[in-house]
Amino acid sequence: MSENQKQIVKPTVAEAPEGVSGQGFFATSFEKAVGLARKNSLWPLPFATSCCGIEFMATMGAHYDLARFGSERLSFSPRQSDLLMVMGTVAKKMGPVLREVYIQMAEPKWVIAVGACASSGGIFDTYSVLQGIDRVIPVDVYVPGCPPRPEQIIDGLMKIQELAGNESLRRRHSKEYEDLMKKYNME
Amino acid sequence: MFQIIPDRNQLVVAKLTDHFGEAIERHEVITDMLCITVNKEVINEALLFLRDDKEMQFNFLTTLCGMHYPEKEQLGLVFHLHSFVNNQRIRIKTSTDMSNPVFPTSTTIWPSANWMERETYDFYGILFEGHPNLVRILNVDDMTDFPLRKDFPLEDQTREDKDDSMFGR
Amino acid sequence: MALDLDTDYWDKDVVKSEEPKEYNTLNVGPTHPATHGVFQNVMLMDGEFIVSTEQTIGYIHRAFEKIAERRPFYQITPLTDRLNYCSSPINNMGWHMTVEKLLGIETPKRVDYLRIVIMELARIADHIICNSVIGVDSGALTGFTYIFQDREFIYEIYEEICGARLTTNMGRIGGFERNFSTKAWEKIRYFLKTFPRHLQEFENLLARNRIFMDRTINVGPFPADRALAYGFTGPNLRACGVDYDVRVMNPYCSYDEFEFIVPIGQNGDTYDRFIVRQEEMKQSMHIIEQAIAKLDKMEDKDTYYASDPRFVLPPKEKVYNNMEALIWHFKIVMGETDIPVGEVYHCVEAANGELGFYLVSDGGRTPSRLHFRRPCFIYYQAYPEMVMGNMLSDAILTMSSMNVIAGELDA
Repeated sequence: MSENQKQIVKPTVAEAPEGVSGQGFFATSFEKAVGLARKNSLWPLPFATSCCGIEFMATMGAHYDLARFGSERLSFSPRQSDLLMVMGTVAKKMGPVLREVYIQMAEPKWVIAVGACASSGGIFDTYSVLQGIDRVIPVDVYVPGCPPRPEQIIDGLMKIQELAGNESLRRRHSKEYEDLMKKYNME
Repeated sequence: MFQIIPDRNQLVVAKLTDHFGEAIERHEVITDMLCITVNKEVINEALLFLRDDKEMQFNFLTTLCGMHYPEKEQLGLVFHLHSFVNNQRIRIKTSTDMSNPVFPTSTTIWPSANWMERETYDFYGILFEGHPNLVRILNVDDMTDFPLRKDFPLEDQTREDKDDSMFGR
Repeated sequence: MALDLDTDYWDKDVVKSEEPKEYNTLNVGPTHPATHGVFQNVMLMDGEFIVSTEQTIGYIHRAFEKIAERRPFYQITPLTDRLNYCSSPINNMGWHMTVEKLLGIETPKRVDYLRIVIMELARIADHIICNSVIGVDSGALTGFTYIFQDREFIYEIYEEICGARLTTNMGRIGGFERNFSTKAWEKIRYFLKTFPRHLQEFENLLARNRIFMDRTINVGPFPADRALAYGFTGPNLRACGVDYDVRVMNPYCSYDEFEFIVPIGQNGDTYDRFIVRQEEMKQSMHIIEQAIAKLDKMEDKDTYYASDPRFVLPPKEKVYNNMEALIWHFKIVMGETDIPVGEVYHCVEAANGELGFYLVSDGGRTPSRLHFRRPCFIYYQAYPEMVMGNMLSDAILTMSSMNVIAGELDA
C-alpha cells in the first residue's frame, strides 16, 4: 500500500519565483509575478499554411499535447491571442495578410517561426516565396526543421516561455523596441 | 499501364483525319499514349468532335497545361483527354507563335478547363478568347512577367543577402 | 429544408418594399480556422444564405513546376512530398513510377507489393485527417483526438521505413532505399490488428449520430454529370455515384492482382463523402492484408529495388565496397546517364483523386517540363456552384468534406 502511495505522481504547480514568503503572504517583484502568469498561459494563434501545420495538428493532439503548457485555447482571432505561430511557407501573396494579422495583435505579443520555410524560405528559393517571415514581421524564436518534430515545436514554445517569463515590463515601451517596430514600418 | 489498343487509336486518328484533313499535323504513339498535333485553327472543333462523337466519347478533360518551345519561339498547349466509356486516353497538342499567343477557350466544352486556362495564362501568357475571367490565379496580381517561360529565372533576383563566396555559385 | 408557407395568405396585408435586396460581403479569409489551408472566399451573403462566392488561391504558390525544371529526377521527390502533404508517400511513389515509365525500368513484384502497402497506409492516414476534421468543423472534437493516435502510429511506421514522419521522401527510382526492417513489419501487423477497432469506435461517434447526420445529409449535393464536367475524381466523384478509380481502370503497380471494392455514394453530399472515405479506409486495410499475405508467400525476401544499374542508385554498402557500383552511383548523381527523349503521363489514385504527372524529357539531366495534374486544384473550381443558395455553416462543412489541401491547390 505504501509502495503505491510512493509512486503516485502528484500534480505539480509552477515554480514560485524568488521572493520573501511568510505566514499568509509571498512578496516578489511585480515583473516576476506577471512573467510567471504570462508564460504559463500563452494563447497561440496557429497561422498554419502548409506541411508544418499538420505537424502542429499532431502537437495539438493527445500524443504530444500542447495544452500542458497552458496553450489550451487556440484562438484564431488575433485580438485574443498572445503568440503568433507561423507554420509553413509564406508566399509573397500572403505577406501582407501576415502583416495585418500581426498588427492586429495586442501587446505583449510574441512570434515563433516554425519550420524552415517560415524561418528562411526553406527549400523554396523561388520568385514567389517570401524568404523568411522576418522580412515582414519581427520574430522571437525560430524553430528549424522540415517539418520540425512536435518535440521541437514544444521546445520552441518553451523558449518563448523563457522569454515571456523574463521580460522586463518596460520592454515594449523601450527605445530598442520602438526602433524595431520602425524598421518594419509598424508604429 | 495504359493498354495500347491499336484499333481504338487507329479509329481516333482515322476519324479525325477524315473530318479535319490537313489540320491534323502529326500523330504518333509515344510510350503508351497516342499524341496528336492539331493546328491551332481547328483545335476547338476538334475537341468538341472528340467529346461528342458517339464512338469516341472523350468526356473527361484530365488536364490542360502550357508549354514553351524556345527554339521554335512558340507557345503550346497540351490536352490530356480520357474516355470513360472506352477507357482510352489521348494527348492533343497545339502550338502558336509567341508574338500572338491566342487560343479559343475550352470552358464551353468542359467547365473544368476554367482554372486550368487561368493557370496557363498565369505561367505562360497564353490568352484564351472567350474565357469568363482570365486573370492571374496563382501568382501575385500585379506581376508583369510570365514565370514559367524558359527565360525567366527561378530565383528572386532582387535578393541581396546571398553570399556567393560561401556557396560557390 | 425551407418552410412551406402559404405566402399569398400570410403576406396579403404586407406592403412589399420596392428597394432592391441588400447583400453583405463576408470574407472567409486566408487565415480562417475552417479553411484548412490558405485560400480565400469572398462571399456575398443574403443574411445567412450565400448568394455567390469568389475564390482566391495562390497564397502558398511555391512554383513547383518551375523548380522541377532545375532539379534532376531524384531531387524532385522531396518536391512531390509537399503536394498533398497529408499522404506524401503516394505522391512519392507516383513520381517514381512516372520516371520508371520514362526510363523503361521494370520493378520486381516484391517492390510493387511493398509500394502498395505504403500507399494504402498513406491513404488511410489522409482519410483519417479528412474525416476527423469534418467532425471538428461540425463541433465534434472528440473523434479527432481519438483517431489521431492512429495517425501517430502510421508516422512511426514511416519512420521505421524512411526516417521521416510527414514529408517522407520515401523510396528511390526503381524501388526503395532499404528493405523494410522486422520492426517495421511488427508495427504494420500491430496496426492491422488494432486499427479496425479504433476506426469502428470513431465511426460510432459520428456515422449514425443524429446531430452529425442532420448536419451533413443533403449538404452540398452535387450531381454526377456536373461532377464529371468539373473534372472531379477520387472520393468526391465516387460519392456522386461514378465508380472511377484509377487503380481499377488503369491498374499500376500490380493493383490488378488485388481484390477490393470501390465504394460509391448516391447524391454526392457531405455525408456520402464521409462514408465513402470510411469505407475506403476499410478497403485499404483489406488490400494491405492481401499484400502481406502475398509477400509472406514469396521466397525472395531481399529484393527491394529493380536491377537496372543505369538508373537505379545502388545501395550504399555496395557503393563503398564495389567498383562498378561506385561508378554507376557517380554517373547517376552527376547526370552522365542517357535519359531517353520522350514524354509520359502517369497517374495514381491519390487520396483526393487522380494525381497525374506529365513529364517531358529532352535527354537532359532535368525534366524539360513537368506538370502535376493536381486533383484539389481541379475540383475546387466547383465549390461556388456547390454552395450557392446554402447557408454559411453548410458551406464550411462542404469545404472540409472536399478535403482541399493548400499544398496541392497551389503547388
